[in-house]
Amino acid sequence: MIELQHFLILSSLLFLIGVFGIFLNRKNIIIILMSIELILLAVNINFVSFSFFLGDLTGQIFSLFILTVAAAEAAIGLAILVCFYRNKGSIAVDDANLMKG
Amino acid sequence: MEPFALGFYFFSSITLLSGLMVVLSTNPVHSVLWLILTFFGASGLFIILGAEFLALILMIVYVGAVAVLFMFVVMMLNINFKEIKSRLTKYLPVGVLIGLVLFVELSLIFGDFIPELKFNSNDDLVINPNIENTKQLGLVLYTDFFIYFQLAGIVLLIAMIGAIVLTHQRRKDVKRQDVLAQIYKDPNNSIELKDIKPGQGL
Repeated sequence: MIELQHFLILSSLLFLIGVFGIFLNRKNIIIILMSIELILLAVNINFVSFSFFLGDLTGQIFSLFILTVAAAEAAIGLAILVCFYRNKGSIAVDDANLMKG
Repeated sequence: MEPFALGFYFFSSITLLSGLMVVLSTNPVHSVLWLILTFFGASGLFIILGAEFLALILMIVYVGAVAVLFMFVVMMLNINFKEIKSRLTKYLPVGVLIGLVLFVELSLIFGDFIPELKFNSNDDLVINPNIENTKQLGLVLYTDFFIYFQLAGIVLLIAMIGAIVLTHQRRKDVKRQDVLAQIYKDPNNSIELKDIKPGQGL
């Protein structure tokens, strides 16, 4: 029998894969953006599974809004990435050092 | 094994394995393809959870738009990926450590987490098995959540404008049409009549 806990473990594992990807691919911003998409997908799975097990539609609606924001975020992120590549000629995180942070 | 459990294990294993391959694969093009497979697995999960509309929207928006956008950018940028790969192992221990710590914390929370199965919300929002999912979403999305729906549209508009403003570049070496200069052009100054005698050049 599949309970809510199964879905929560699944989504936390997916979330962790996303976080792990951000740490692993420090040289490549594209993979970092994909990891952020994975994290948002994990949150969506959480919302939809709660919506199913509580018999309530709110989770699905919020998941829809998360989808919207994720699409906007991907578009802006990739636009910034293209700008960054034009200026620096690379997409490594280490090269974003203009502010000496 | 019941079909629900079978579907859950099938789709969740697809989602997790391809999610792991997104992070681990060397070539970003392969990463994008694994990302697409991840979204397919997740939309299968959504379908067994009864959210068909969301599953298909996930397919359309992510596979059709976001993944293709990623693919365009990956192929447009000319990057040496071999050099990127060489320093991968440096961050591996830190990543594994943080992943393990987070996983232990989350499983401590979720391991014996029993939610209250009654959620106080509007009667419109209670899932009715007699109405299909898309119709029920539409019934509340344009009434109870109208403001949020409009705000989501504004977010998308601003993202579109932002992406265009960021990536648009004006090239200097291209001749452009100047409408005002054309309108204010005076024919008396711009046309010159010359009388050329036969047998002579200019």
